[in-house]
Amino acid sequence: MGIEFDLDVLVRAWPQLLQGFSFTLQLTAMSAIGGIVLGTLLALARLSGYRWLSVTVGAWVNAVRSVPLLLVIFWFYFLVPFILAWMTGASRPVEISPLTSCVVTFILFEACYFCEIMRAGIQSVPPGQLNAGKALGMGYWTTMTYIIVPQAFRTMLPVLLSQTIVLFQDVSLVSVLAMKDFFGSADFIAKRDGRPHEMYLAVAFVYLVCCLLLSRAVKALQRRVAIIR
Amino acid sequence: MYNWNWSVLWATTADGTSTYLGTLFLGLRWTLVVGLSAWAIALIIGTAVGIARTFPSGFMARAAAVYVEGLRSIPLIVQMFLWFYVAPDLLPLDAANAVKAWDKYNIAAAIICLAFFTSARVAEQVRAGIQAIPSGQKQAAHALGMQTAQAYRHVLVPVAFRKILPALTNEFVNIIKNSSVAFTIAVVELMAATRSMQEMTFQVFEAFTAATLIYLSVNLLVVKLMDLIERRLEVPGLSIRKAR
Repeated sequence: MGIEFDLDVLVRAWPQLLQGFSFTLQLTAMSAIGGIVLGTLLALARLSGYRWLSVTVGAWVNAVRSVPLLLVIFWFYFLVPFILAWMTGASRPVEISPLTSCVVTFILFEACYFCEIMRAGIQSVPPGQLNAGKALGMGYWTTMTYIIVPQAFRTMLPVLLSQTIVLFQDVSLVSVLAMKDFFGSADFIAKRDGRPHEMYLAVAFVYLVCCLLLSRAVKALQRRVAIIR
Repeated sequence: MYNWNWSVLWATTADGTSTYLGTLFLGLRWTLVVGLSAWAIALIIGTAVGIARTFPSGFMARAAAVYVEGLRSIPLIVQMFLWFYVAPDLLPLDAANAVKAWDKYNIAAAIICLAFFTSARVAEQVRAGIQAIPSGQKQAAHALGMQTAQAYRHVLVPVAFRKILPALTNEFVNIIKNSSVAFTIAVVELMAATRSMQEMTFQVFEAFTAATLIYLSVNLLVVKLMDLIERRLEVPGLSIRKAR
């Protein structure tokens, strides 16, 4: 039998694939931005002097990082409607779009990974800087916002971007909720038209090219932003 | 709002063969079978590729680099589908039909997929471990009359493995988490068992809580076990372990 490859199948599937790809990009961008912001806050909480806060956040981050993303996706898909109902006082679970559920899931999930990256970044800033901030009469949060976090961000930028590439690939898992992300739309067509070879190989090829280019770009950036200490 | 019913875990399943909690543990068994087999293969391939990555130049080093970059650039679920739906058709017709007719091919595909996927990550750790060894050690091995292969076998690889054990623990935990993706090709591992329990009983959160606790305990166990191995293999004076 061998591999059948009919380019025409791809040409016909093109509009749907493009739509799926743009969905994947949107979800990646929103989750990356939300995840980095929340992750930085989590890192600050973990490193703060409040013991109960850092212990709670630490336990949460470690727990989330030891369960599979798939399980987390299912958890939030079913849980978020109940949480919203509880928050708004509604009597029944609030129906939300799968997109909202996925954005919430990925922000909360990726924030735990971004948290560990930012924590390492913050700890890599020499302690003299924190002391210098104190000597200038700045409080903890002021020092963090104006001195420590911007430097940590710069040091960790390549790692944050590498994690974003991982996130870009992880987004493909939302297809288990029958969502039409890039892989989901290809999977849908593959099963509808019975053309698995064309669809899966095309998806793999596009991901391969995108991720190779992105990781090259990250490497180039790494050389440019490196701080010489 | 939500009717909690924890006793559902002890309720008998529809086919009457076991309890729902029992089906989760049956799922866990497949998670472990897939995860451990893939891990064993990944360690072997990953070590070989990682060693090739440290060669100064030549075809092997370049091939190893392409291997690692390629496997790291395609999402796991896509690789899983390629192995399951596309790979059999690369074989001659008879063999392809035999593979497709084999009812355990999904499990084999999951193991092969996870093994290759993880081997690329193991290779990167092995390479980093070998490159972190001061070059004096390799030169000392050569000075003692060892060939390059012997230097790798007796000096570089053993030292590198001890250095990268914590990173390997991380990959081990990852492979157990990643084995959940095998549920998309109908392997009845823990994730699939959880989903089917949820669909049969409608007790979503009991099923998910149980699965979460099982994953957490397995991963904790792996971390503790690796910690023990790390202590046993520690080279006195060379330890990078932090004082506790």
